[in-house]
Amino acid sequence: MRLKRKDLVGLADLAPEEITLILDTAASLKEISARPIKKVPTLRGKTVVTLFYEPSTRTRMSFEIAAKRLSADTVNLTVAASSAVKGETLADTAANLEAMAPDLLIIRHQASGAPHFLARRLACGVINAGDGTHEHPTQALLDMLTVREAKGTLSGLKVAIVGDILHSRVARSNVHGFLKMGSEVWLAGPATMLPAGLAALGARLTTSMREALSGADVVMMLRLQLERMGQHFFSTLREYSRTYGLNPETLAWAKEDAIVMHPGPLNRGVEIDPAVADGPRAVILEQVANGVAVRMAVLLLLSGGE
Amino acid sequence: MSLLIAGGVVVDPAQGLEEPRDLLLEHGRVAALEPPGVIPREGRRVIDATGLFVCPGLIDMHVHLREPGEEYKETIASGTLAAARGGFTGVACMPNTRPVNDQATVTRFILEQAAKSGRARVYPVGAITLGSKGEALCEYGELKAAGCVALSDDGRPVMNSLVMRRALEYARTFDLPVISHAEDLELRADGVMHEGEVAHRLGLKGIPAAAEEVMVYRDIRLARLAGARLHLAHLSTAGSAAIVREAKMAGLAVTCETAPHYFTLTDEAVAGQGPEALVRPVFDTHAKVNPPLRSRFDREAILAGLADGTIDVIASDHAPHSVLEKDVEFNAAAFGLIGLETSLGLSLRLVHEGVISLSRLVALMSTNPARILGLPGGTLAVGAPGDVTIIDLYRPWTVDVNLFASKSRNCPFHGWLLKGKAVTTILGGEVVWQEE
Repeated sequence: MRLKRKDLVGLADLAPEEITLILDTAASLKEISARPIKKVPTLRGKTVVTLFYEPSTRTRMSFEIAAKRLSADTVNLTVAASSAVKGETLADTAANLEAMAPDLLIIRHQASGAPHFLARRLACGVINAGDGTHEHPTQALLDMLTVREAKGTLSGLKVAIVGDILHSRVARSNVHGFLKMGSEVWLAGPATMLPAGLAALGARLTTSMREALSGADVVMMLRLQLERMGQHFFSTLREYSRTYGLNPETLAWAKEDAIVMHPGPLNRGVEIDPAVADGPRAVILEQVANGVAVRMAVLLLLSGGE
Repeated sequence: MSLLIAGGVVVDPAQGLEEPRDLLLEHGRVAALEPPGVIPREGRRVIDATGLFVCPGLIDMHVHLREPGEEYKETIASGTLAAARGGFTGVACMPNTRPVNDQATVTRFILEQAAKSGRARVYPVGAITLGSKGEALCEYGELKAAGCVALSDDGRPVMNSLVMRRALEYARTFDLPVISHAEDLELRADGVMHEGEVAHRLGLKGIPAAAEEVMVYRDIRLARLAGARLHLAHLSTAGSAAIVREAKMAGLAVTCETAPHYFTLTDEAVAGQGPEALVRPVFDTHAKVNPPLRSRFDREAILAGLADGTIDVIASDHAPHSVLEKDVEFNAAAFGLIGLETSLGLSLRLVHEGVISLSRLVALMSTNPARILGLPGGTLAVGAPGDVTIIDLYRPWTVDVNLFASKSRNCPFHGWLLKGKAVTTILGGEVVWQEE
């Protein structure tokens, strides 16, 4: 079984059946990570390049571990500055990479659309590991796998995503993914960070965290990017935390069995209270574990492996 | 040498004319304009314009010729050839060259290059402020004496309201119109496309319509205060059109232009063209332009403004960029697209769709630019310059960037099928471009 596509650049163009295929494959691959020898020969001889223009620890490691558990050869390229600053254009980078004939390229880039740019130019498969504020498809897939494990289904759920929606590629990909799978998605945050345009995708928008959380099955908190302090998106951390922070009192608005998610890294005490982050309803570490499984599935399915 | 253009329908809004006439050009000027058959053909070169429309040479009052400084994108030679191919006999070139056209030596250089190689009349626009930095006023008297026809810091607004007020007042001293690039840079921030549904979907930073509108409003207020002539460049939003409409009703000396891409495309073009674009966006850098392609609502309002007279001019804002600036990720790409060779074809769609008449189109693309900038031409009255554009209103053609005379290819209309184009361009009585 394989995906009938070369690239995974976003969830916007994935069909529900493709999402189900990836999640089912990931679920079956989880077992490998539980073995004493966590390695299968499936992608032996394949070359997987990770090209990271933005710093990232967990996503890059997660992809790398996934590739290694499938026995692929991995090459890491961490690019300190943007291609424009560095002098080499992304088109040149693409041409150079093409000449080295990798099988799969995993790219993270600060510019929205950069993976699409490469996907059109390269013969190899391109996987988007986060592009600007556009999409982060594997993050959304691992979120969906985590929810499916906890709830048994992805349809008919109320999913609340809270925080800096404007700058969140995780939110965008999750909106596409959960809506395709039949869930209802609520987006909540201060109006400065809540772009009205996302309503057109089918998400519900509110500035009231309480409204978003009421009756929610899933509460997904986004990381507040502290470097946005001073850019007029909000007044103070104190007010942000009091209005949009998740703590035992605000979590009580959601369903009793609601799960709490966070793409990490966490700002403890800002968007999420330690009592919730470390509490029994948090599935934050399951998300990380599922990240490896989902990325193994994507690597496998895009390279046509069994 | 005399040239007789016979058998065509002459469209000249300046004379309220739209009827069959034969046009005689002699010594570079219009020598006669008579009913068909009156002017003898003997001893004259005759262009048969049967079935065609004969208009005063089109004038594009907003182009970037990139010389001096960025000749790899365009030169005065290549840009004016592109103009001639597009049906333009005159172009006003914006001062954001390198160096900026903020002193007479630069103006003179541009005019010398134009005299050597120009296929169209070139009208330099001088800078409002030194280096277009928005700080110190240029020597407007010198600039005018050297040949500048207007002032603009195009590409940038004059952010300081006091400086803009003084510029408008000082320009009045020399009877030069000030062309405003209306954009609040703080409000635009680091936006790269229109702020709206598409930007939010693509995760690209938005430029709100208000970033243009607040400056349109400010500059109109300042022009009233200064009693100056203000022309607003490349308007793109419904709000801008509404503000200008109100100002005109109040009797202010305000004029404005829009560009074909604002009434042809919307912000959806950034995602790409075709049904796939929404789910598999291409982030088309050819659709990255400033001001950005706007919403459908804005596009409709711009069309209404063209139809009701609020908008005076269609200008291309021809902004050539090489692949170095465009074949990159969207955020890093330069703003701007080329338009000299597609401007008329795209504008003629409005005539075919019944939005405006051909006569109104000629007013928008010739009569009004000439009037606003105080240029010769813009009419085919006897004694006027022998600048003529002959239009085949129904000729189908496909936009092919590979055939462009421009050195750049940053055009989002490649492959479009258009109906109607300039088939002959005549400058000072000489044919400078003719379709085969």
